[in-house]
Amino acid sequence: MTAQVITLSSGKGGVGKTTAVANIAVALAADGAKVVCIDGDIGLRNLDVVLGLENRIVYDIVDVIEGRCKLRQAMIRDKHLAGLHLIPAAQTRDKTAVSPSDMVRICNELRPEHDYILIDSPAGIERGFRNAIAAADRVFVVTNPEVSAVRDADRVIGILEAEEKRGPALIINRLNAALVRQNDMLSAEDVLDLLGIPLIGIVPEDQTVIVSSNHGTPVAQDPRSRAGQAFRNIAKRVRGEEVPFMGADKQGGLWDRLQKMRGRR
Amino acid sequence: MGWFGHRRSGPRAKERLQLVLIHDRTDLTAQELSALKDEILEVIARHVEFESDAVQIAVEHDGRSQRLVADIPLRSVTRRRAA
Repeated sequence: MTAQVITLSSGKGGVGKTTAVANIAVALAADGAKVVCIDGDIGLRNLDVVLGLENRIVYDIVDVIEGRCKLRQAMIRDKHLAGLHLIPAAQTRDKTAVSPSDMVRICNELRPEHDYILIDSPAGIERGFRNAIAAADRVFVVTNPEVSAVRDADRVIGILEAEEKRGPALIINRLNAALVRQNDMLSAEDVLDLLGIPLIGIVPEDQTVIVSSNHGTPVAQDPRSRAGQAFRNIAKRVRGEEVPFMGADKQGGLWDRLQKMRGRR
Repeated sequence: MGWFGHRRSGPRAKERLQLVLIHDRTDLTAQELSALKDEILEVIARHVEFESDAVQIAVEHDGRSQRLVADIPLRSVTRRRAA
């Protein structure tokens, strides 16, 4: 097998990139895929705590790059899922400790033995972001239905176009259906219309995400969580399944529109 | 919630974003766009007469691409003679 490398980016911080990486990875691994997550946020690592693996870290990605350990030694196995591993970021270094070619080399080494490599990009559009997209086969742009997040997502999409990365797909995170119904939030349709790229997932705002991050157990493992269901649906779409978008049928006309958007590229 | 009884904020967010994204993508400020419109109309006015009240020039977007769309109704010769 040869893994597909998927990078999650957003431009703006705090939109839920790390949560999305953790949950999509968990959902893919729960379906039997072999998955590695790479935390690309050198100096501000967080994917380890979201996955609940912070106590198991011995080596990190900079140790691999600088030859202090083998790649395999920096791969932390998940507590529950045998097919899921994390390569943590270094906490005491900065983005300049990693180069785009380092990321390409590490991903190439991982590809033969995995199905998916998920990279969590740092916020911003500088070095750390460039590192995170260097090896990507696909990029998922994460945004919230909110003015500043959509604007920054548009900047990221513009850079990906200039880099000639294959058509990125959009994750709309923290959609509040009640606010959309009362016309006080951008709808998924509005965001798609503004950004003009296909959709890969809509994740509802859901308190269970906070509770599960407190525990270090991604919400995708909670069968009752709506956000967890949304992340499991994204994982299915990554694997090529057609899955209807949640709640879309209730909003009249949106469903057809979303299907059209998906087919655009 | 309406903002002091004004209309809902969702549509306002979309309108604001449409303008911001056009400027971000084209590197064209609102002032520059306005100057561009004036210059286009100045050139056209040298050649034909048009209905200046009905002129519409705007940047529109379709997915990831934007275009400058001008709708400039020309005044017909017969009407000009009548006037």
